[in-house]
Amino acid sequence: MLKTYQNGRSALPFILPALLLILMFVFLPMILNIYYSLFRWSAFSVEKVFVGWEYYARLFQDPVFYTALKNNSLYALISILFQVGGGLVIAAILEDRLFRKWQPLFRTIFFIPSVISIAVVGLLWQLLYNPDIGLVNGVIKAIGQTEWAHAWLGDSKTAIYAVIAVSQWQFTGYMTMLFLIAMHKIPSELYEASMIDGANRIQTFFAITIPQIKDMILVGTIITVIGAFKVFDEVYVMTFGGPGRSTEVLGTMVYRAAFRNDEMGYATTIATVIFVITFTLSVLQMKLSKSGREV
Amino acid sequence: MITLQSKLCRILIWVWFTLYAIGILYPLLWLIMNGFKTNREFFLNTWSLPKQWMWENYTGAWDVGIGQYFFNSIFVTTVSVLIILLLGSMAAYGLSRFRFAGADLLLLIILSGLMLAPQASLISLYQILQSIGLYNTYWALIIPYVAFQLPFAIFLMRAYFLSIPRELEESALMDGCSTWRVYWHIVLPMGKPILASAALLTGMSIWNEFMFAMVFVEDTDLRTIPVGLMNLRSQLNTNFGMQMAGLAIAALPMVVAFVLLQKKFVRGLSAGSVKG
Repeated sequence: MLKTYQNGRSALPFILPALLLILMFVFLPMILNIYYSLFRWSAFSVEKVFVGWEYYARLFQDPVFYTALKNNSLYALISILFQVGGGLVIAAILEDRLFRKWQPLFRTIFFIPSVISIAVVGLLWQLLYNPDIGLVNGVIKAIGQTEWAHAWLGDSKTAIYAVIAVSQWQFTGYMTMLFLIAMHKIPSELYEASMIDGANRIQTFFAITIPQIKDMILVGTIITVIGAFKVFDEVYVMTFGGPGRSTEVLGTMVYRAAFRNDEMGYATTIATVIFVITFTLSVLQMKLSKSGREV
Repeated sequence: MITLQSKLCRILIWVWFTLYAIGILYPLLWLIMNGFKTNREFFLNTWSLPKQWMWENYTGAWDVGIGQYFFNSIFVTTVSVLIILLLGSMAAYGLSRFRFAGADLLLLIILSGLMLAPQASLISLYQILQSIGLYNTYWALIIPYVAFQLPFAIFLMRAYFLSIPRELEESALMDGCSTWRVYWHIVLPMGKPILASAALLTGMSIWNEFMFAMVFVEDTDLRTIPVGLMNLRSQLNTNFGMQMAGLAIAALPMVVAFVLLQKKFVRGLSAGSVKG
């Protein structure tokens, strides 16, 4: 090891600019947010009135908070099923020698929606769901199931599922890509050995593919769950929490409290809950991906 | 019997994948196609190709705002990505080469930035930007974007720098070369592939970012595309053709960039495996 590289003082100028920016614009606001949640304050007045845990007490009695928690959890569950489960199966099929020839084509097509802005995808799907002009009802009528036609986003019973479906459309290909990347690293001898042993494709999938990429599956699951609790753009664009408050998620609750109702203290309280949930999940992910690297 | 079964299975998979591919591509084609129609034609038939190709929808959408939003997005994304590449690669060099007390702690602090949800800092950032006078300027977007993307960029680049052999650097340092020159003339050029991947992935997140872009900027003239499209929707609430033309213009650059630069995208994903 060279002497120059053991000198911390010569390393600092390289690290400091990035570190300061991260501390000031990521960490400091995060800490301030928790502090602000103990006050009643408005965006337009300088004064902040200390109220302690009052907003937390209020939050846990707010029925909308439970709607939001339920919607975020639905998001997480359905996304695990489609993005992680579906993505895994699709990736496994694309890695099979019968389909490998077609893999570049399909994985490119499937991945395309995840490079488009969530806001743009939300606006597009709002048009697609439009009861009169949209493609969704158009397809339903074209296959002759006219009675299924529906104002998907306008009905408080179906709206949250319609919104969640858009995320599956957008991100299943993303998970497929991550699983494909992980599957490429599996040594092919393992598959050859299992074929000699007479295992069929499904047996091989459970005996080799899944155990070999289990770290990626775990990490993918956690990334998906974290994403489900950070949801904001698509809900804001497609329904803004409505009709009623039926599609409210934690993210839109923060925005509504802060920038519609000017209750900054309450908004920061909800934001703190998002912070606690996503941070806990992220620590878990860090632990798991580290254990993955050592294997 | 077995062959028949597996044949059937293969056909089913083909049907499934084809339908899935249509389910992805057709809505996008529908968008582009209806962007060329008049409202009347759009209401009459959503499926057909336009009888008359209304290029005016596209030029009109561009003129009523997309052009300006496009410029704003390009400016904000380019400046942010350049700063991220510079500061990120410096930090990654510092953290991958130097061994000193506290190095691990610094790395831990920076990487924990990956774990923080932007929602949790939205309101205090809004306050901070207002109090330092940056609210409603390009910098109100650039600075938070840089700060939030740096941990990911550093994570990617550090891992790559660690894998670069050090013989060249060590001999340069022994010849009396300064660490800055080593960083600039040896490490950066060798790190080009990961710089490209980091630029693509962080650039994509920034180009698509919505929440900060909506809250930290007030003037329509400063809006980036995702938020600008919301303006356009309320402005053109009955002109569907032009709205769809605007959406198509917004979606296309990223799709084209991805299809052209797939390899670099995938390398970044495979090094990071992090969702944007």
